[in-house]
Amino acid sequence: MARSRSFDVRRQAGFPAVAITCFILLYLPIILLVVYSFNAGKSIAIWEGFSLQWYVSAWENEKVQDATIRSLIIATCASVIATSAAVMAALATTRSPKFKGYSVVFAMINQPLMIPEIVTAVALLIFFAMIKVATGYTGLWYLILAHSAFCIPFAYMPIRARLQGMDLNLEQAGADLYGTPWRVFRRITLPQLWPGVLAGAMLAFVISLDDVVITEFVKSAGQDTLPTYMLGQLRRVITPEVNAISTVLLAISVALVIAFYLLTKSGKPKQGDVQ
Amino acid sequence: MIEIQNLTKTFGTGAEAFTALSEVSVTIRQNEFFTLLGPSGCGKTTLLRTIAGFVDPTSGTMTLDGADVLASPPYVRPVNTVFQNYALFPHMTVAENIGFGLEMQDRPKAEIKQTVGEMLELVQMTPLANRATSEISGGQQQRVALARALAPRPKVLLLDEPLSALDFKLRKEMQIELKRLQSETGITFVFVTHDQEEALTMSDRIAVMNEGQILQIGGPKEIYDHPAERFVADFIGETNFLEAELVSVDGEVAETRLPSGKTISTRAASGRAGAGKVTVAVRPEHALLEPPGALIDGKLENIVYFGTDTHYHVMLDGGARFVVRRQNQPDAVEAYTIGDAVGVSFNPGVGQVLRD
Amino acid sequence: MAETREISAARRRWMLLAPALAILVFAASGPLLIVIMYSFLTPGDYGGVIWSFSTDAWFNVVAERDFFDETLSFSDAHWSIFWRSVKLSLMTTAVAFLVGFPTAYFIATRPKATRDIWMLLIIIPFWTNLLIRTFAVMEIIRNEGVVNSVLIGLGIIDEPIQLLFTEFAITLGMFYVYLPLMVLPIYASMERLDFSLVEAAYDLYASRWRVLKRVIFPLVKPGVIAGSILVFVPSLGAYVTPRVLGGGKQLMLGNLIELQFGQGRNWPLGAALSITLLAIVMIALMVYVRSAGREEVSHG
Repeated sequence: MARSRSFDVRRQAGFPAVAITCFILLYLPIILLVVYSFNAGKSIAIWEGFSLQWYVSAWENEKVQDATIRSLIIATCASVIATSAAVMAALATTRSPKFKGYSVVFAMINQPLMIPEIVTAVALLIFFAMIKVATGYTGLWYLILAHSAFCIPFAYMPIRARLQGMDLNLEQAGADLYGTPWRVFRRITLPQLWPGVLAGAMLAFVISLDDVVITEFVKSAGQDTLPTYMLGQLRRVITPEVNAISTVLLAISVALVIAFYLLTKSGKPKQGDVQ
Repeated sequence: MIEIQNLTKTFGTGAEAFTALSEVSVTIRQNEFFTLLGPSGCGKTTLLRTIAGFVDPTSGTMTLDGADVLASPPYVRPVNTVFQNYALFPHMTVAENIGFGLEMQDRPKAEIKQTVGEMLELVQMTPLANRATSEISGGQQQRVALARALAPRPKVLLLDEPLSALDFKLRKEMQIELKRLQSETGITFVFVTHDQEEALTMSDRIAVMNEGQILQIGGPKEIYDHPAERFVADFIGETNFLEAELVSVDGEVAETRLPSGKTISTRAASGRAGAGKVTVAVRPEHALLEPPGALIDGKLENIVYFGTDTHYHVMLDGGARFVVRRQNQPDAVEAYTIGDAVGVSFNPGVGQVLRD
Repeated sequence: MAETREISAARRRWMLLAPALAILVFAASGPLLIVIMYSFLTPGDYGGVIWSFSTDAWFNVVAERDFFDETLSFSDAHWSIFWRSVKLSLMTTAVAFLVGFPTAYFIATRPKATRDIWMLLIIIPFWTNLLIRTFAVMEIIRNEGVVNSVLIGLGIIDEPIQLLFTEFAITLGMFYVYLPLMVLPIYASMERLDFSLVEAAYDLYASRWRVLKRVIFPLVKPGVIAGSILVFVPSLGAYVTPRVLGGGKQLMLGNLIELQFGQGRNWPLGAALSITLLAIVMIALMVYVRSAGREEVSHG
């Protein structure tokens, strides 16, 4: 084993302290929020004992139920749509030479990442308002399509990364052995792509579930999702019910992120040591 | 059965254009073990992949049993490939890999099962049928790749440097194995390699390639004994090059005058007649070391002992180097020492006038 | 021969791209063009627009100084909002850098096996809901919140300090929300750092501070620039955080835009303001791309 050196080239004064503080800072507010969701009292700052009452009241709150169902529907639909579109887009743009119009396509796919959410929200508000007037439709599809659009880049990235790591020879071998392009995709490409697709779908789901700005602008009256419901609640008397809902949402997000991390870790090449 | 005419392939355009194949024409016969031999970048892999259907030629024609194949995509052509890195499907077992081509041809399950069994027997992998491809050794993977490509009974089997990843002993074994498979199945094998020894041992015919062109096609002995060009002579085995003057040509026989002034009959180069300066190629083992006064004289520079034979490095009068190879006899005593004046000679008909 | 195979490959490519592009054109790129169009129209009486051409909205973006719709009670003018947005975004970026740089450095110098876990710890908060994180900050700094309670309990102060609904609150919130975006790119750069260069610097008599300034920092600059852009751009267009933590008293550009579609009833102005924000963001991105390209050229 290496002996500890008295002079470590990597040590910088104060950095570890700042870093640890950073981690504490990052988690402290969230931890407090979670802790107070179990508060027996009504306040979100004064602890009065342990209780699950806020979870119960959130569960029984009709508006919360309504918003939750709507959030889940939108997230599921958007995730499925965005992931399917992203898989096809990834197949078309990866591992082939740059074609004409590639940079435009790439910019379009990544647009939601580059443009501030509020600009997109405004644009969709205006555009959908025009359509609402013209068709009279005020259903859920505006939200689903809007969510699908900004979920596409998030689904696209892990799929593309996975695709790039795949051996091109395998698909050629499949074609060599009489597999038509569709069969090669189904029997050879897709089984190996699957972890990336799953990761992309989960990421899209989380992003959709968490969206506030675009949903707030695009929704019609009464079409609350969980985040927009909470946003509305923040204007009134705040009870730990908001904490409870937040904690549940947090739990879902964390679980999905960890799953995503595990899924994408398996394909990553080993990174070199920092010397 | 494969007729290739004037095949050309250029990658890229304009200043960055790279011509991988240039007006290549060749006919590959049925039931033949045909080898494409050449250094890296000579175009042999490009030619192979064109036959397979992964490369679209810029111009030229290719027919298989008389039918034009260039229009068909690879999944239609009755041609199968053994890839250099094997390209085994990692999410399938050995048996599933082997059966894949048959599945794609929509053969009935019973037939697939039987054929896979036969293939496993053929390559001696039956006990490993249900293993994952990541759990078997490199040599075993190679055999699976082979079985997978043979299972659909293609008309042509293409092999892209399949033995390059194997260690020496395994490679020798597989060479014999491949030869046996080819004659047993009767399938035409098109084999790509840069190893000239491999080509000589396994092939019925060899096409020597360089810089996108086929320089010579012929059987191993013909290519070895009578290389048509300097590159071929140099690439295969060891050769001595003698500058000479062409005195006369009569059919296949050419009279050449060597720098020493003596003349000798050699084999003429096809497509080169007339007079002028030529290069004559002579194999080291076809020459003899003699006392001075032979065909050409010189001084013995070095004696290298190899166990099976001895190489004599001679500096000829006139400046050229010449190596004579002699098989060692038991209990023989070395008659020569470095620095001796010696002579080199070879029989009529042994030397080959080169085309260039 | 070669052409027909190439053409069908191209056709297949565009067919594969079609669904994604259709969705994006409909719900992302297309609407942007409509925004530009709307910025040149006249506001309708009850929201929406009247289809008559007008450059009033663009005039109002910059020329609005003291005049405001009477139904509101804000006293901020457009320019102070612009200034606040830029100021707070820059401050957020600066603080994020001061905290994020050592953190990225720390993680990059951990043993290889644990590095991924540390990064996961940074990433998890990032993927949680923006609103929840902002709310969490709110709970801490409000008058009845943890900070004030602790300070009063320790006897340092008698009355709660008004932390919420201030520019400090907004900055703190944005810093908290966007910090991971600073750490990630810097970490990516740090990880690739060849520490033998650092050793060489020490060998040549450099002090720790000098090594940091003259060797480490220049080498990870691409990551720093990326991180800065990733924090600055969303901060500039922030909406939720200023709304929750500014309480409607401290407006940023995002809130101003939202106003035009709510009580302000001036859609063209909202559209014009959005395009302005977009333009600023595009400029910032172009600056980044240019400087990143130059980095690559100079470092070979």
